[in-house]
Amino acid sequence: MNNPAPAASAPPPAPARRTIDIVNASLKRRYAREARFRFMGASAVFLGLLFVAVLFGDIVSKGYTAFAQTYIQVPVYFDPATLDPDGNRDPQTLANADYLGLVKASLRTLFPRVTGRPQQRELYALISAGAPQQIQTMVRQYPSVLGTTRDVWLIAGADVDMLVKGQIDRELPEADRRIKDSTLTLVDQLKTEGRIEQRFNTGFFTNGTSREPELAGIAGALAGTFYTLALTLLLSFPIGVGAALYLQEFAPKNRWTDLIEVNINNLAAVPSIVFGLLGLAVFINVFGVPRSTPLVGALVLALMTLPTIIIASRAALQSVPPSIREAALGVGASPLQTQFHHVLPLALPGIMTGAIIGMARALGESAPLLMIGMIAFIVDIPQGVTDSATVLPVQIYLWADSPERGFVERTSAAILVLLGFMVVMNLAAVLLRRRFERRW
Amino acid sequence: MNALASEIVRDTGAVSAADLARGGHFSGTIGDITTPDPRMVCREVNVWYGDKHAIKDVSLDIGNHQVVAMIGPSGCGKSTFLRCLNRMNDTIDGCRVRGSITLDGQEIYDKGLDPVPLRAQVGMVFQKPNPFPKSIYENVAYGARIHGLTNSKAELDALVETSLRKAGLWNEVKDRLDQPGTGLSGGQQQRLCIARTIAVSPEVILMDEPCSALDPIATAIIEELIDELREQYSIAIVTHSMQQAARVSQRTAYFHLGDLVEVGETTQVFTNPRHKLTEDYITGRFG
Ligand SMILES: Nc1ncnc2c1ncn2[C@@H]1O[C@H](COP(=O)(O)OP(=O)(O)OP(=O)(O)O)[C@@H](O)[C@H]1O
Ligand SMILES: [Mg+2]
Repeated sequence: MNNPAPAASAPPPAPARRTIDIVNASLKRRYAREARFRFMGASAVFLGLLFVAVLFGDIVSKGYTAFAQTYIQVPVYFDPATLDPDGNRDPQTLANADYLGLVKASLRTLFPRVTGRPQQRELYALISAGAPQQIQTMVRQYPSVLGTTRDVWLIAGADVDMLVKGQIDRELPEADRRIKDSTLTLVDQLKTEGRIEQRFNTGFFTNGTSREPELAGIAGALAGTFYTLALTLLLSFPIGVGAALYLQEFAPKNRWTDLIEVNINNLAAVPSIVFGLLGLAVFINVFGVPRSTPLVGALVLALMTLPTIIIASRAALQSVPPSIREAALGVGASPLQTQFHHVLPLALPGIMTGAIIGMARALGESAPLLMIGMIAFIVDIPQGVTDSATVLPVQIYLWADSPERGFVERTSAAILVLLGFMVVMNLAAVLLRRRFERRW
Repeated sequence: MNALASEIVRDTGAVSAADLARGGHFSGTIGDITTPDPRMVCREVNVWYGDKHAIKDVSLDIGNHQVVAMIGPSGCGKSTFLRCLNRMNDTIDGCRVRGSITLDGQEIYDKGLDPVPLRAQVGMVFQKPNPFPKSIYENVAYGARIHGLTNSKAELDALVETSLRKAGLWNEVKDRLDQPGTGLSGGQQQRLCIARTIAVSPEVILMDEPCSALDPIATAIIEELIDELREQYSIAIVTHSMQQAARVSQRTAYFHLGDLVEVGETTQVFTNPRHKLTEDYITGRFG
């Protein structure tokens, strides 16, 4: 700071205060204001990050165990007498054989000292209800196992799974525990024999949902989500961008277009469940689109995302400097050429950001889909847009509603997968922006 | 409109004493607005931006093989008038144009007339350089591409080169034709825009202060170009440089607050202005 020398030697005409003095006097106050603003900004960001960290920490801590699955090794005698009584290896007979009985028999052989019906029922509960299916698949793939005894890793039942993962407290009195003392002994015995193992839970990604938590997977919901979102994008992006282009660049500015604009802005704020009701009333009841399908889901979600895309696209188009349009029109480009060659490419980053935000919202949406039946319990993985399906958020909603302890971790794991998709989509948005961003 | 066009006869006499007495208040264009071989004929053109009356009853011919210079203080409506000539004002919301403007006898504001071919015929260099955010090559080639002016890549390459050469930019950019035109300096961008305009060979060229950001050497190149283009085409140029107007133009039009005050042979306007406003302006007492 170069304060002027005191006006001792200077001639007296006491000058008006110099600008620099006024500036210096106010400088401290200005910097203090700036520091306060920065501090508030930084704390807001910090608080936001803290909440995100807590949320993620909670979900991850609850959900990471779902990516492992407990297996129990059981020696199975593939008894030709029960599986293939006629001895001709007829696939039909093999498919309909009593695999459940086979599993039960194997368990009884493993624990010969367990007798009595209630005790045996407990024994059978060690193994998942999906185990017979596992054996059947084995027999179909390798018919040569017939007549031999093999050690097979069978999926453990949900309670055993929880116990092994430490989700069930052994110290509780037996009456408050989901697992009886006798089962505990069985599990401990299996453990000491090395017959219990945790493996990566591939089933979680390849199975459809199930009533049994240990068999439930997100493949069905993922496929449903994929079909629904792909169709939503396919429907809403071209229509939305086209509408924005027309309204922003071509439509005359009059009372009608004002009215349309106001209504689009209103639609963006309409609760999503209203779109679900609309879809039910119009698409299903009037047009007869099959319910519960990605097709009708996509129609509803496209309606929901359209206002977002239109508004974002219009803003992006508006931010393209008019001089670019003049330049193109000036050399004789038609209005459409002007838009497609020059204006749209410049607006594309903004348009895509809007579209991805809209899609991310559609990805997380469940309320309107409940209205159109996408909440149905569907075990099969959908193969197309007209198969009954559900989507990830709805699956999460359904699992969160289930009382079994095994579904708690799966709910969190499914949320993790959903969040992963969101992160990927937002990352894609950022990358696309970078890729297409141009200066002018 | 045609009736209008034919009936207009302007006072070509000297400025009246009464005019001067009113402090040079405007009361009709002085000088001959017509030219023997007109390319574009404008009659009673009025332009409004919303309520603002930006051009008032302007009538002017733009002759074949002729450069018309438009001068006047900032904000007097030179750009506005120029933009009427290729219907560039259509793109501005709230801008209304009334009056008659014809190109080769064809009314350009006719309802049925398509502005797209008109703009290919009447090219424009804008006041602010506005290159496309594409490569330098693409900037120059764009017009030829959309109109299908060339049949092969080699032809297009040649067109780009000659256009850039004429605009005096070739030597500076020949090694980086694939780089964005927006990365050039202001003066280079201006020349790029000139090259882009002449690449489609328009028959009438409207230039809005094409040399405002150019150094004397580049300015000389552009002025040479204008001289050369004049042999085939018609040119209307807006400029703030009296010397430039005197050097390149055959006729000069002086605008003031939306009025066309005086038109005449360039030498006459600069050596012997008839209206007081014109005289004040060119002698530097105004503007
Ligand atoms: N888009 C517009 N909307 C409203 N008014 C405008 C618009 N463009 C120009 N005007 C007004 O019209 C008048 C003429 O403007 P114009 O740009 O034609 O002036 P000019 O003679 O080209 O000035 P300059 O020499 O500074 O370029 C000015 O008063 C200006 O404010
Ligand atoms: Mg101007």
